[in-house]
Amino acid sequence: MLEIKNIHAQIDEKSILKGINLDIKAGEVHAIMGPNGSGKSTLASVIAGKEEYEIEQGSILFDGKDIGELSVEERAHQGVFLSFQYPVEIPGVTVTNFIKTALNETRKAKGLEDMPASEMLKRIREKSELLEIDRKFLSRSLNEGFSGGEKKRNEIFQMAMLEPKLAILDETDSGLDIDALRIVANGVNKLKTKDNAVLVITHYQRLLDYIVPDFVHVLYDGKIVKSGGKELAFELEEKGYDWIKKEVNQR
Amino acid sequence: MSLKEKLLSSFIAFENQISMESNLMANLRGEAIKVFENEGFPTKKNEDWKYTSLTKVLKEDFSVFANTENTVEYKDVQPYFIHDIDSYKIVFVDGQYASHLSKTTHEAIDICLMSSALNKPKYQAVIENYFNKIAQKNGLNALNTAFCHEGAYIHIKRNKLSDRPIQIIHFSTGKETAMLLQPRNLIVVDENAQVQIIERHQSLSENPTLTNSVTEIFAGKRAVIDYYKVQNDKSEASLIDNTFIEQHKESNVAVHTFSFGGKLTRNNLNFYQKGQRIDSTLKGVTIIGNKQHVDHNTLVHHIQPNCESHQDYKGIFGDSAVGVFNGKVVVEKEAQKTNAFQANNNLLVNDKATINTKPQLEIFADDVKCSHGCTIGQLDENAMFYLRARGIPEREAKALLMYAFANNVLESVKIPQLKNRVNKLIAQKLGVNIGFDL
Repeated sequence: MLEIKNIHAQIDEKSILKGINLDIKAGEVHAIMGPNGSGKSTLASVIAGKEEYEIEQGSILFDGKDIGELSVEERAHQGVFLSFQYPVEIPGVTVTNFIKTALNETRKAKGLEDMPASEMLKRIREKSELLEIDRKFLSRSLNEGFSGGEKKRNEIFQMAMLEPKLAILDETDSGLDIDALRIVANGVNKLKTKDNAVLVITHYQRLLDYIVPDFVHVLYDGKIVKSGGKELAFELEEKGYDWIKKEVNQR
Repeated sequence: MSLKEKLLSSFIAFENQISMESNLMANLRGEAIKVFENEGFPTKKNEDWKYTSLTKVLKEDFSVFANTENTVEYKDVQPYFIHDIDSYKIVFVDGQYASHLSKTTHEAIDICLMSSALNKPKYQAVIENYFNKIAQKNGLNALNTAFCHEGAYIHIKRNKLSDRPIQIIHFSTGKETAMLLQPRNLIVVDENAQVQIIERHQSLSENPTLTNSVTEIFAGKRAVIDYYKVQNDKSEASLIDNTFIEQHKESNVAVHTFSFGGKLTRNNLNFYQKGQRIDSTLKGVTIIGNKQHVDHNTLVHHIQPNCESHQDYKGIFGDSAVGVFNGKVVVEKEAQKTNAFQANNNLLVNDKATINTKPQLEIFADDVKCSHGCTIGQLDENAMFYLRARGIPEREAKALLMYAFANNVLESVKIPQLKNRVNKLIAQKLGVNIGFDL
């Protein structure tokens, strides 16, 4: 589904990603771990198409097509979803109106009519129940005055509504208490099918207790320096990142 | 002949036309024309007009008196009314009262015409007490006083509540090549009385119009007034709005100004607090493009202790548009425990757009809370990325963010149908259909 080949990316003439290769197939859950500043969030932004980053080399294929030249919204329309570490507050626009707009713009891009109101309501009801979101919450202004947990739950609610092929969860566990973490993870797990894929970006192993990855990759200094199964996450939790740094520096 | 000369020579003809009026009015007009003769129109040399020049606007060959035959059909102007509410309406066409478009009343509240008030003895006492009492004696206001003959006269008597909002609409037909209009409104809201008013100036053609409007508003003890100005005029229409508000003890007056159109718009909005525990609110949303120019010049004069004022102006400027905000707050020595807040936030969405913003605080009391803040910025790139990552195209994403930026000013609009209308105007102004009813 997603094939990243030798991606080099920079911002303000500073190289952040220095040759990343990553292959994610439908039905898989991948986790990218790494110390602060290793390039994790940059990788998420580059896949989603943030224009501030300049791709110097390499390619990103999504369903076999090169999406490197596509705009942010075009990638979203293709089925790429990024759950933000810091979702933005939009006063005056309710959660419901926002997600309706997002969903219908995506449909429009595919040449479809707006989703009928009854179907929309039904979907909103189902998905908000999945994320244990109550009705009042849906009529609040998007992310305005939301707690950390509410923001992240709302991100996963949006993901549930949009049904992307690839969901990138950027530090979704940061700022979550254990209950919110459980709800969010449960939501992600229920949305998982053999046809979609999840890329979890996290500093800590905690979230991976709930969203169990098939593959774990360690990102350090703009490169994937180690890949393995879920046991790699436990090893990192136990030993921290220093041994990885040492290993890399000895090469 | 300059417009000033034309006006001065027209005055004699005008005086004959209105010979039925009281001596009081004749004297006021006589004094006023002298003030105008001395001061003329303001120029950029005047500190208050540093960023707004009338020179170009005044070059038009304006007709000073309209043809009284000009009329319009309701079906042609219906969109300019907030028509989904039951309201009183005072409507003028080229400065003349249009009874077929209006709905007035005299039951416990007077909602009628300035011309009646100026001519009929039963209004004499109110006119003597209130007319031309708080309008500043400068060239523009004096010009209006000299020539005014029509506008809204609203008197809400003690303990009365206007049972529905009042719409004051001034149309100009464009049947004259260029038209100068000088409406004059007087609004007196007695003790414990309440009213909501929506005011609009609308030209119906692309011919130039210049409106020099003066409105005096008196809020008695514990009176509550909500005043809304909807400014979305055609590209050749200019407006100088001079509004003066005197508030008494515990009264609450809010003025919202929505400036979305016109060639040049200047709002002179002045509040005078003449009692304790008064609340004054001044809010505005300005969204303009092309070469449009909107200037908000506000004054809040805190004279007595324990009063509040809240100012919040938001502006979005595209193309080569120019915005001006000059907000003056004066806190007199006696006005202890004043809370005065002022905010002016602006978005420039084009490199050629300009905003001049200037807070002016003059504080003579020592136990007060006064704050002011101006910002000028561009749309937040992270916010844009967020919206686009959800599949919302760039153009719609921009509109949503601009809407979000201006939105909180609408929260205090108390007429839901008006709020809805303004929301639609904002969406229209931002040039998008963002998929749901804003």
